[in-house]
Amino acid sequence: MRLATLMRLKSSEEKMITLYINGLEAKAEEGQTILDAARFYGLEIPTLCYHEGLSRFGGCRLCLVEIGQEPKSKLVSSCTYPVEEGLVVRTDTRRVIETRKMMIELMLSLAPNSKIIQDLASKFGVKQVRFKIRNEECILCGLCVRMCAEQMDGRAIGFQKRGHRRKISTPFDIRSEECRLCGGCIYICPACQLRCQGPQAETAVCNACLTMDPTCLDHYDELQCWMYDVGRCGTCVREKSEKSEKKEQTRASK
Amino acid sequence: MQPEVAEFETIIKKHPQEKKYLMPILQDIQAKFNYLPQNALIKVSEALEVPLMDVVSIATFYNIFSLTPRGKHVITICLGTACHVRGAPLVLEEFKRRLNIRVGETTEDNLFTLETVNCLGACALGPIAVIDGDYYGQMKIRKVDKLIKKFRPEKRSKAE
Amino acid sequence: MNIKKLDELRKDILKSRKNGKSIITICSGTGCHAYGCRKVAQAFKDEIKNQNLQDVAEVRTTGCHGFCERGPIVVIQPEGIFYQRIQLKDIKEVISKTIKEKKILDRLLYVHPQTEEKIVYEKEIPFYKEQKRIIFGNNGFVDPTEIKDYIAVNGYSAIAKVLQTMTPHGVLEEIKKSGLRGRGGAGFPTGYKWEFTSKAKGDKKYIVCNCDEGDPGAYMDRSLLEGNPHSVIEGMLIGAYAIGAKEGIIYVRAEYPLAVENITIALDQAREYNLLGKNILGTDFSFDISISKGAGAFVSGEESALLACIEGKIGIPKQRPPYPAQEGLWGKPTNINNVETWANAPMIINRGADWFSRIGTEKSKGTKIFSLVGKINNTGLVEVPMGITLREIIFDIGGGIPGGKEFKAVQTGGPSGGCIPKEKLDLPIDYESLTEAGSMMGSGGMIVMDENTCMVDVAKYFLNFLRDESCGKCLSCREGTQRMWEMVTDISEGKGKEGDLEFLMALAKATRDASMCGLGQTAANPVLSTIRYFRDEFEAHIKDKKCPAGVCTKLIQYSIMEEKCTGCLACLKVCPQGAISGELKKVHVIDPVKCIKCGACYEACNFDAIKIE
Repeated sequence: MRLATLMRLKSSEEKMITLYINGLEAKAEEGQTILDAARFYGLEIPTLCYHEGLSRFGGCRLCLVEIGQEPKSKLVSSCTYPVEEGLVVRTDTRRVIETRKMMIELMLSLAPNSKIIQDLASKFGVKQVRFKIRNEECILCGLCVRMCAEQMDGRAIGFQKRGHRRKISTPFDIRSEECRLCGGCIYICPACQLRCQGPQAETAVCNACLTMDPTCLDHYDELQCWMYDVGRCGTCVREKSEKSEKKEQTRASK
Repeated sequence: MQPEVAEFETIIKKHPQEKKYLMPILQDIQAKFNYLPQNALIKVSEALEVPLMDVVSIATFYNIFSLTPRGKHVITICLGTACHVRGAPLVLEEFKRRLNIRVGETTEDNLFTLETVNCLGACALGPIAVIDGDYYGQMKIRKVDKLIKKFRPEKRSKAE
Repeated sequence: MNIKKLDELRKDILKSRKNGKSIITICSGTGCHAYGCRKVAQAFKDEIKNQNLQDVAEVRTTGCHGFCERGPIVVIQPEGIFYQRIQLKDIKEVISKTIKEKKILDRLLYVHPQTEEKIVYEKEIPFYKEQKRIIFGNNGFVDPTEIKDYIAVNGYSAIAKVLQTMTPHGVLEEIKKSGLRGRGGAGFPTGYKWEFTSKAKGDKKYIVCNCDEGDPGAYMDRSLLEGNPHSVIEGMLIGAYAIGAKEGIIYVRAEYPLAVENITIALDQAREYNLLGKNILGTDFSFDISISKGAGAFVSGEESALLACIEGKIGIPKQRPPYPAQEGLWGKPTNINNVETWANAPMIINRGADWFSRIGTEKSKGTKIFSLVGKINNTGLVEVPMGITLREIIFDIGGGIPGGKEFKAVQTGGPSGGCIPKEKLDLPIDYESLTEAGSMMGSGGMIVMDENTCMVDVAKYFLNFLRDESCGKCLSCREGTQRMWEMVTDISEGKGKEGDLEFLMALAKATRDASMCGLGQTAANPVLSTIRYFRDEFEAHIKDKKCPAGVCTKLIQYSIMEEKCTGCLACLKVCPQGAISGELKKVHVIDPVKCIKCGACYEACNFDAIKIE
């Protein structure tokens, strides 16, 4: 259905670029990114620092895809890489998956209390954090900076310093005259947005969603957890705890 | 207690008032005052019509800019690979001990600021300490105290 | 000034210099400045006046001669008599004996460390003899602030030839044919790079000279720009003509004030002589160069970051495509090359691509200037043909390791490169072979390490550099370098555990794969190459909690060897913690509890009595 829409809408456009995503021949407009093209075709690429209403940043390195052919293939961030004629893209190669997992592990070590990052960990099978936890909350994704500058025209906060000392702050770390207290930065921050609701984690990885007892399904027709795609991963349904097994037995025997 | 705004204006006016001259202007201010005062950055932001946040981002990104006043004598230790291999870290440790400050800090009497640089390109002289633009090559741990005393003759170094 | 007049001027200069005068050339690179060459030069000038020998001799302060270990250096032309480690007190005699009476002063000569032979002439000294100094050689004849010196060594004849007899297309073909590859590190074929920009669509084109030279331990570009700035200007003229650019920018890093000074003077002089500006040498080719200064950031030497710096934006790399050749400075087609790459162009034009391509290996043509530093006897800048082996550079030219110590590794390519061990000393140097060995050519830094260098410490050093210099945008690079540094630091402090190396390598690979620019992509190299060749050293730190090289402070102990201690009190006096006890002529003892392992005693002992293990 989507393809037909595409054909209708795009037939009038002059310059369409053909690229190959996971073996699929895809058409995109010049100037679009790989992420734009992939999402148009319903392909899933996880993102974090990407936001439709803001400029592209390419900092979180989650949206990596593998382009080119072996042995010259390389990983690029799909949210910033422009489509090119004949480009060969693969979204879920081993290299992509392993690298993505390392990125999530790095993020968890910085912001273990962010539900968004914990959900990513659950979704992509990150079960351990081998780094020392720094609990900085900020992963320097830059969403707040771009929100303040582009949507709110404030420019009250921005990046300062570089390397491991990089931080986001107001000029001179004092109250900024440009800040209008709109709260946009807090709104869009993945660490601030949702705090992890899972049970008390002994390690930095909560993974509770992976082993959660689906008690909500006893009462509702829909999973109530806030994972990226509701019910899509289904692991909480697959993994049954002893408690729910017993419940089923009792139910069956009634 | 920051320098007068008028002094910055002279420097700023020496260049065309366009965004692309931001770096040369900051470099000139840094060269004259040995640091970038807050009101200088605010003035530059106004004169070039660049958001203050952008000016601060650029000022904090580069090594040669300092947002805090520096000591009378800036001691720079070269930490290039050749100097490292020739024992520069031990020389740096000795400076830190004698001055009782960390890298980037200034002594309480505002006499010395200790900094490091990633290579001066005078590798045959390594390890090197540069003080006020003068190169002191082939530094040895036992030369450190004497060198500091050269600039601070009456006081004793803290380590004694 | 037009081409004919330039030719005549050259002939005039050469004629006027055929006066039999002795030219006392004094090396005046930054390194020799630190040795006090300015005072030496002034003292020579004064002494010549004193002895009334103005018609017999003159002083010329030149660019860097390369033999930095032996500075201050004085070479008397035209004979080429080489005097090293000159001191102010020697000058009077040099004038009265060598200049006046043509007598050599033995004590100032270079002495061959093995044969103990005293060598008089520069070209016979092994350090110079084994080199092929086609680019760097002119440094010794040219005062960088005097354009006439450059013209006298055939300077600006290449651009004259180009303007008179070649089309832009012809120049591109010649550079392509020569096989010249970028000397900044990546080694991209220069002719093709120029061609991309020349073919790109745009009403304005730019060329840029990258003198950021951020690799610690590398200072070739500085010495070229400081010592023979006109060679770079001429190279850029040739490039601008071939590409169709009217404006050029030389980007010099903040730490090179002398280079900025000299290139500024050179640009002014070139304009005076109608070699820059409108209607160069009377043709309709116009081109001028401006200078842009860096402010202290390694990452800003990266192509796209450098362009952002010039535009007044923050020096952070950009996602490519589009590449600078299509959309560079101000969105216009731009060609960026390293200093040394530009300096090769006049040579190729004058002597031909065929001649150039006969030097070097099949895939890497020409020569390369390296900075040979670290634990090496002859520290300095060397220019060698591609294909020469590491052994020849380190032992024949470099004179081997000081103190009779064992060679351990040589680090090339800066923080993006890797360490090459003893087994690979016979590796011929070229772009491909170094990459295969786990390192890279880089800009030319070559740091020699001996048995007292700890490879875990080296990995820690580079990771510390990278985590500082990373721009911080990509999570993989910023956190990757930080976490790798944390892990290697733990290992160096005896906190390593089983499985650490495998995890470290996995993290290194992820950093390399996920990062956007060259810094992050090559950040893995220092770690992977040291583990590849020196795994046993890492394991010693992890399993045995020992540092075999005696460097990692938390794993070593200082002690005094009874049999060697003479009781001279030297170490006792320098110990800042008062940790050494002893009396005159009695064996001293170090208290391990008080000892902070600062190294002062080791340095002070003249009898090798301090043991570190």
